Amino acid sequence: MSIFQPKSEDEIVEAVQWALGANAPVEVVGQGSKRGLGRPLQTEHTIALSDYAGVTLYEPHELVLSAKAGTPVAELEALLAASRQAFQFEPMDYGPLLGQPAGQGTLGGLLATNLCGPRRLKAGSARDHVLGVRVVSGRGELFKSGGRVVKNVTGYDLSKGMANSWGTLGIATEITFKVLPAPETESTLVIRGLADDEAARAMAIATGSSGEVASAAHLPGNVAARVIDGALGGEASTLLRLEGFAPSVADRMTMLKNLLASAGEMADVSGDQSRRLWQEIRDVIPFADGTEQLVWRVSMVPMEACKLVASLRMGAAVDAYYDWQGGLVWLRMEGEPEADAVRALLRKYGGGHATLVRGPASVRAAVPVFEPQAAPLAALSKRLKQQFDPSGILNPGRMVAGV
Amino acid sequence: MTGLTMPKSDEATLGRRAEIVTALRAIVPGEGVVDVTNEMRAFESDALTAYRQLPLVVVLPQTVAQVSRVLKYCHENNVKVVPRGSGTSLSGGALPLEDAVLLVMSRFNRILEIDFPNRVAVVQPGVTNLGITKAVEHEGFYYAPDPSSQIACSIGGNVAENSGGVHCLKYGLTANNVLGIEMVLINGDIIRLGGKHLDSDGYDLLGLMTGSEGLLGVVTEVTVRILQKPTTARALMVGFPTSEEAGQCVADVIAAGIIPGGMEMMDRPAIHAAEDFVHAGYPLDVEALLIVELDGPVVEVDHLIAMVEAIARKNGATTCVVSQSEEERMIFWAGRKAAFPAVGRISPDYLCMDGTIPRKELPKVLAGMRELSEKYGLRVANVFHAGDGNLHPLILYDANIPEQLHKAESFGADILRLCVKVGGVLTGEHGVGVEKRDLMPEMFNDTDLNQQIRVKCAFDDKHLLNPGKVFPQLHRCAELGRMHVHQGKMPFPDIPRF
Repeated sequence: MSIFQPKSEDEIVEAVQWALGANAPVEVVGQGSKRGLGRPLQTEHTIALSDYAGVTLYEPHELVLSAKAGTPVAELEALLAASRQAFQFEPMDYGPLLGQPAGQGTLGGLLATNLCGPRRLKAGSARDHVLGVRVVSGRGELFKSGGRVVKNVTGYDLSKGMANSWGTLGIATEITFKVLPAPETESTLVIRGLADDEAARAMAIATGSSGEVASAAHLPGNVAARVIDGALGGEASTLLRLEGFAPSVADRMTMLKNLLASAGEMADVSGDQSRRLWQEIRDVIPFADGTEQLVWRVSMVPMEACKLVASLRMGAAVDAYYDWQGGLVWLRMEGEPEADAVRALLRKYGGGHATLVRGPASVRAAVPVFEPQAAPLAALSKRLKQQFDPSGILNPGRMVAGV
Repeated sequence: MTGLTMPKSDEATLGRRAEIVTALRAIVPGEGVVDVTNEMRAFESDALTAYRQLPLVVVLPQTVAQVSRVLKYCHENNVKVVPRGSGTSLSGGALPLEDAVLLVMSRFNRILEIDFPNRVAVVQPGVTNLGITKAVEHEGFYYAPDPSSQIACSIGGNVAENSGGVHCLKYGLTANNVLGIEMVLINGDIIRLGGKHLDSDGYDLLGLMTGSEGLLGVVTEVTVRILQKPTTARALMVGFPTSEEAGQCVADVIAAGIIPGGMEMMDRPAIHAAEDFVHAGYPLDVEALLIVELDGPVVEVDHLIAMVEAIARKNGATTCVVSQSEEERMIFWAGRKAAFPAVGRISPDYLCMDGTIPRKELPKVLAGMRELSEKYGLRVANVFHAGDGNLHPLILYDANIPEQLHKAESFGADILRLCVKVGGVLTGEHGVGVEKRDLMPEMFNDTDLNQQIRVKCAFDDKHLLNPGKVFPQLHRCAELGRMHVHQGKMPFPDIPRF
């Protein structure tokens, strides 16, 4: 077993070419912080990018940042914060949920898993902000796509193609992202005591208003008790986050309170406490319990989410909370994965995709971790994989068995 | 037509024209197949009117099943297909080929569903960009990307070109506002990507499709995000003695954490042409004019207007006017929005270019353009989406003077080379099409381009969809499939192993 830790782009090319020559599949990782996600791999060799790190370009006034794939995300976030900027897509940290320390992960891993956070509603995910990539394909060839400017339609957008590809198409060696000003301040409106369906309606009113709601989440009572040290109490909490310049945030807060006056009892959470609240929602802290209990991440039609959860509860013991106005549901199962039940309900309620993000390796090997695709789409995905990695040497089976 | 080389027509296909027309009529009955020369004239070019070509035959399907059958027939019979929306491409993306079926999607013109609680609209691809906004504005919503052709361009075309617009620095491009599509591959497979939910379950094929210029598939349905309209918008009109000062003002606005709804710059020739045409009250003694628009809640807009005004004055603005009414805001914009026709008044013809540069390089690029202008003996006026560095040089020429079109094209190519040289790209929002196709090697080497073509091979193995666009030359998929593996021992002693 070999672990290659290339220090240059040339060495990454060499490593892939060796793997090709030896017909030896390799695992591609940064720091390995997301090994617990996706389908488990059984490769003998590993290419670890953690030594290929460093910022290659940061021009705050141009809103661009380029860095090598192994650069720690935490380091980049600190660099951006010093210029009052941020990755606007708010990449989540899977560490706590997967029983790992917080603050791990690299830029390459961030793109390969298309991370985002509660601001997804308004600001998109990693794929919406990536501008350019340099990639070593599974053919052992270095290619580039995109650029370092924020507006570009020259050729296919292979940068987006690398997003959510889990290292199966190529090894991104250097990545350029659009970065944006961090909000000057933020504040969260809390509505207490709503049932899931009432919360869905309140969130729809808020996100459909001129309040420019950046995030909208609903935590049922038992989940609400597990964020910001229990400060929300044990009552269901519907959360609406407003960000921006202070006078604007205050103005919109007043507007929203008037708009939703009849919805329920209200409270504010502001400043650092609000930031911490949304970070805990982002990182699934309510389910970061040190166990391997199964956790699903479901992306779906926002207004249908509470119906899926209600139906699921009729047949299984499950803990749930909602982000993205309901468009993202986190489910912690008390027992079996119930993959078929979750996915059948998902189809019934408007479609989307369910990903098993936590569970023992044996379960992740047996249950389709990612949403199974319809035959023509699965065939197209497979053809794309073959065009990038015809020998199937990069992270084989990480997403789908046999691909 | 000047130096443009399109793929050689296939004599066998031309010889089978009658048979192909009959087969298409069997799939799309009635007036859905157009094969009379006079009637096909309407389709012989898009908005890049310098290039014209009659198609083999025009087909206007009405259902997804028809699209699928047409494409499957063409795939099985090795007939090329050029997809077309409204035909407003500025890069020749919908230029027909003599031996290709022109697949026109304009009859897919229905809004299928408006879902306000989930803030999406589901529409057919032939619906115009502005048509989406018109369908949702009674509830205060709109569709954010606003290419200048929005009254005519179709949402399917927007997906193909990843269209932008004046507001895309703040609100994103088409790629950031489309949640799902249904599309048909050349083999007839019908595929759904995304929907009313967010992000992909697997590879981001929606990301690859957006901006693929009709080379990967034909879009038959689009799900878009709709947004609540900002409560208010106000604009500042700011004049500077130099483009450097205007550029610094833009940088300082962004450094202050402000992302304006729109931030447009014009150079002296563009200012003068626009002012002569619409009398917007633009100052004529400045080298650069900025229009900065702030949108959002009234309180926020007032707060930011004051900040931007202070930044402008600090950077040496000689004119700085804040709109006091909606009418005044529209007047500020009238000149900018009329910049293209205004230039059309002072010159018989013009070419509209579309590069993006790192913003800080603007003075260097403008200086370079002045030199090129002298070299070619042609005038140039510039409008600039200043926030995102997207430059639209308008090259003035007279098509009636022999060689002037050719000169203008060479001038344009040199400008784009300059954009790439300073770290920019060939096209910010108009697409590569045929116009910039032969410049692709300025930005990409063979390996880069071959990997792009391999993506094409995954979708369209016979290269039948929109040939002659985007890529200078298409290598056969089989040829690209070969691998050259350095059969190996472990050849890299300097890579640490454990």
